[in-house]
Amino acid sequence: MSVKRPRPRLDADNRPFWTGGDAKNDGGKLYITHCGDCGEWTHPPRQFCRHCQSENVAPEAVPGTGRIDTLTVNHQAWMPGLEVPFVIARVALDGVPGVVLTTNIVGCAVDEVAFDDRVRVTFEEQDGVWFPLFEKVS
Amino acid sequence: MKEAYITGVGQSEVGVRLTRSPMGLTMDAIRQALDDAGLTFDQIDGVASYPGKAHGYLGFSPIGVDEVIEVCGIKARWHMGAGEIPAQLSAIAEAANAVKTGQARHIICFRTVYEAAAMSRPDEFPPLRRDFVDGSSQWTAPFFAISAACWVAQYANRHMQRYGMTREQLAQISLNANRNALLNPNARAITKKVLTIDDYMESRLITTPFCLHDCDRFTDCSTVIIVSAGDALDEVSASPVRIAATAGAVHRHSWDQAEWMASYDTGPDLWAKTDYTAKDVDTVQFYDGFAFFPITWLEALGFCQVGEGHKFVEGGTRIARDGELPLNTAGGQIGAGRLHGFGFAHEAVTQLRGKAGERQIPGDPKVAVATSGGGPLAAALLLARD
Ligand SMILES: [Zn+2]
Repeated sequence: MSVKRPRPRLDADNRPFWTGGDAKNDGGKLYITHCGDCGEWTHPPRQFCRHCQSENVAPEAVPGTGRIDTLTVNHQAWMPGLEVPFVIARVALDGVPGVVLTTNIVGCAVDEVAFDDRVRVTFEEQDGVWFPLFEKVS
Repeated sequence: MKEAYITGVGQSEVGVRLTRSPMGLTMDAIRQALDDAGLTFDQIDGVASYPGKAHGYLGFSPIGVDEVIEVCGIKARWHMGAGEIPAQLSAIAEAANAVKTGQARHIICFRTVYEAAAMSRPDEFPPLRRDFVDGSSQWTAPFFAISAACWVAQYANRHMQRYGMTREQLAQISLNANRNALLNPNARAITKKVLTIDDYMESRLITTPFCLHDCDRFTDCSTVIIVSAGDALDEVSASPVRIAATAGAVHRHSWDQAEWMASYDTGPDLWAKTDYTAKDVDTVQFYDGFAFFPITWLEALGFCQVGEGHKFVEGGTRIARDGELPLNTAGGQIGAGRLHGFGFAHEAVTQLRGKAGERQIPGDPKVAVATSGGGPLAAALLLARD
């Protein structure tokens, strides 16, 4: 995918998520907002827990492994220069019940990706944003 | 409380890359709806639209409610142009609430779309910027899941995985849309020839399981629905259709975090508000921006069990014009263009009045459901001819 990824505008809420992959964060970690009161997870990140409305929330590093909940093989070049086909998937994260991430599955052919495949995060940096992509765990 | 009725419908020319201005199309549809209802501008005291003028992406919604008030010289007692409502048809639902509570007597509800023309004239209508994303799209666009097709395809793929839906079953939505659109004079710019299952299976893939024929296409058009109070019907010449119930529920407002689409929250809520049941419905006009949506609406509204929508449409006979539950009789958005929700209300009223010409369904239909939306957007209208 040679074209640049559309870049999220960073703010106080989303910066830990989009910059967690920087190696200076303990080698690069996936951060999801966790509640210090009820223990539940909130994604997209906010300054309130969506389960108990507590403000005692903070980004917490999670294992970065998961399972493919669903996927689509995208064949349409939505932007000039976008190389197709590629896999868009929804990954259910281990240890983070109720949170899924929309992402790309990289590092294998598109027809090698299936429901329930085990995957692991891998970061792709572009202009100070670390995009969490996933690759299959062999 | 008063009742609310749809008393007039109008639709401008429907086309791709039209040169008539967005306000021109809007005025064409408004005049047609006023003529249909037998009303004049001085009787209109409310205006509603979804989602309001889209500054920054004018093709999506080029005309604001305030412009219509100004151009038409309406002395408005109530108006609303809003995007943070359940879905497109919620503009009509809110207008119904307004006339029921005496805030207005006759409300023009409109939806003008201009995406095809806008893309062909980028100097006049700058395209949406893709380099920076914020809001909810920041969770999908960075992974090139830029179109809603990519988001909805994942729900459709899961339906295949979990419940065994096949592409042949999904295809019935587009084949049915094509058959009906060929009988709709307003769909001539969108649907020109017969679509066969072979054409469908051989067409190029957009994002699996969706092929080209599973997606609606950008269209230029304005559709108008006039909503009137029950105690103002003596001012109206057309046969009114009652808005018997409306719903728009959402339990998780996210395109990717929700296990189910909001249609599944909205369907049961519609029936909770009325004595009618799914068995009373003579025709359904279900949002089909993508072919999978009508299958979800069939399940969500209880026309079949969850996980069996694809079996309901199999072979296409049940949903055909002469079937037990005629679906998208004007061609839906796949066959008749991306009118963005309002086309479904327009067609439901047209069928209930018996004015659908060659595509009129048999059996003197009295009750219809029109819906719009997918993902976290969902709105449903239950319409009845008393
Ligand atoms: Zn909490």
